Amino acid sequence: MSDSNKQAIAHYRNNFLKEVEDHVEDGEWVRMCMQCGVCAGSCPFGPHWEHSPQKIFMMIRAGKREEVLSSDSMWMCTSCYNCIVRCPRKLPITHIMHGLAHYAHRLGIAPKGQPTREIARLFWVNLARTGRVNELKFSLAMYFKDGFVQGIKNALAMQGIGIGLMKARRLNPMELLGGHKCKDKDGIHKMIAKAREIEERKQKFV
Amino acid sequence: MKKRQYAFYPGCSSQKGASASNFATSIEVMCEKLGIQLNEIPDWNCCGASIGYGEGGLLPRLVINARNLALAEQHLPGQDMVSGCPACWLSTRETAEKLHESSDLLAGANEALKEAGLNFKGTVRARHIVEVLVEDVGFADMKAQVVKPLEGMKIAGYVGCQTNRPFGIAGESFENPQYLDKMIETVGAEPASGYEQKVTCCGGALAFSEPDKSQKQIRDIVESAYDHGAEMIVTPCQLCQANVEIYQSEINKKQGTKLAMPVVYYSQLMTVAYGGSLKQAGLNGHIIQPEKLKQIASRQK
Ligand code: SF4
Ligand code: SF4
Repeated sequence: MSDSNKQAIAHYRNNFLKEVEDHVEDGEWVRMCMQCGVCAGSCPFGPHWEHSPQKIFMMIRAGKREEVLSSDSMWMCTSCYNCIVRCPRKLPITHIMHGLAHYAHRLGIAPKGQPTREIARLFWVNLARTGRVNELKFSLAMYFKDGFVQGIKNALAMQGIGIGLMKARRLNPMELLGGHKCKDKDGIHKMIAKAREIEERKQKFV
Repeated sequence: MKKRQYAFYPGCSSQKGASASNFATSIEVMCEKLGIQLNEIPDWNCCGASIGYGEGGLLPRLVINARNLALAEQHLPGQDMVSGCPACWLSTRETAEKLHESSDLLAGANEALKEAGLNFKGTVRARHIVEVLVEDVGFADMKAQVVKPLEGMKIAGYVGCQTNRPFGIAGESFENPQYLDKMIETVGAEPASGYEQKVTCCGGALAFSEPDKSQKQIRDIVESAYDHGAEMIVTPCQLCQANVEIYQSEINKKQGTKLAMPVVYYSQLMTVAYGGSLKQAGLNGHIIQPEKLKQIASRQK
């Protein structure tokens, strides 16, 4: 178990709601949920959510820490914002789902190999490197995330699409050699590092 | 005519050789005709899109967006910041609002921005190009520029998620917004009425990580357009455009369907209706060819 996860457990004992309120983006809203169930029917990938947002809020209040944080559910969020505009209590549900996923990820207890967790990580790495996202490098990283052999298979399966996009000039093979980037890369690196440092300071379990 | 000035945030997908580069092309004629001047924000960076949260977390995500806002504020003072990409718009607007509401977050963001020699005062408004069209230009002026009405075309207006929620276009409903249908009418085409997948999610960034689940959404979006007699889908969203166009061949391969529904941007319709060429409308940038629109674009008048 990661150190930060051990510290979190030691610090909050059985008060998971408080932990969420303190450490998860918009977590202080969770107690406003009135369990009406409207959000539960709003997710495009609904059948694939083991626990709907409504259920997750209930579980947080019931102190089901392990079950919530190791759940695959939040990673099914497509950021469609259906829930936000429908919730009668105006909970920023999308942000709470993102916040829970991020929190589980930083504590190292999010499900391993979860594909959206993986692309989220790759996407951020890609953007933080140059300030802009390079679609080709990002796609290749995606294909190869499960190892070399699977990567070749994935890339071959999508080859037709890639060639189609190249013909339409919407995928540029030259991007591999450099591609788009910001001029002030250094400034961006320092800025993100500082933001992380401040975030980490806030996230300390004291 | 004095042009309206905006600080323009193109976003990663609109870069040269990227998936929405034809969108970037197609807004040029449209803006020219409508008196809109888009001034690119110097050295803008990625917004983090909707999946930046996984690794990024709150402050780093806000900070990368605050950098763009600060650059706009500094280099293009007094201008609204405008984006053509819903995800860029959403991230920027969310950031502007969060920093406005919390002095703690604003202080943190500025502490980080200082590392890049910047500071954000919070004076910039983050808007979407569709807002500029609907609110600043208006339907009447959009219509006045039409020289080649797209007569006889029936088009399904697919709004998708993020141009519509959580912010949306002022005065529109979340479940059944009307502006895209009105834009279709403005250029002389007929909107497919009752198109019930208008605001359905295409899977967004999860088209990559959860292809089967997303392709189910995409299939519904396309089949409903067929059911309503549409010959084309039009959308304001870069990710919707890419997902719905690109994966039709995959769905056909896996499920034996015969989907071949062109998916274009509203700006491409407008450019053609305003007399722009096939190339100016970015119509050479498609995998599923919007034949009829191409024919109209190639016609003399
Ligand atoms: S819609 Fe809002 S109040 Fe209702 S269950 Fe979901 S979060 Fe709770
Ligand atoms: S934004 Fe996420 S949580 Fe909300 S309805 Fe969409 S998929 Fe569900």
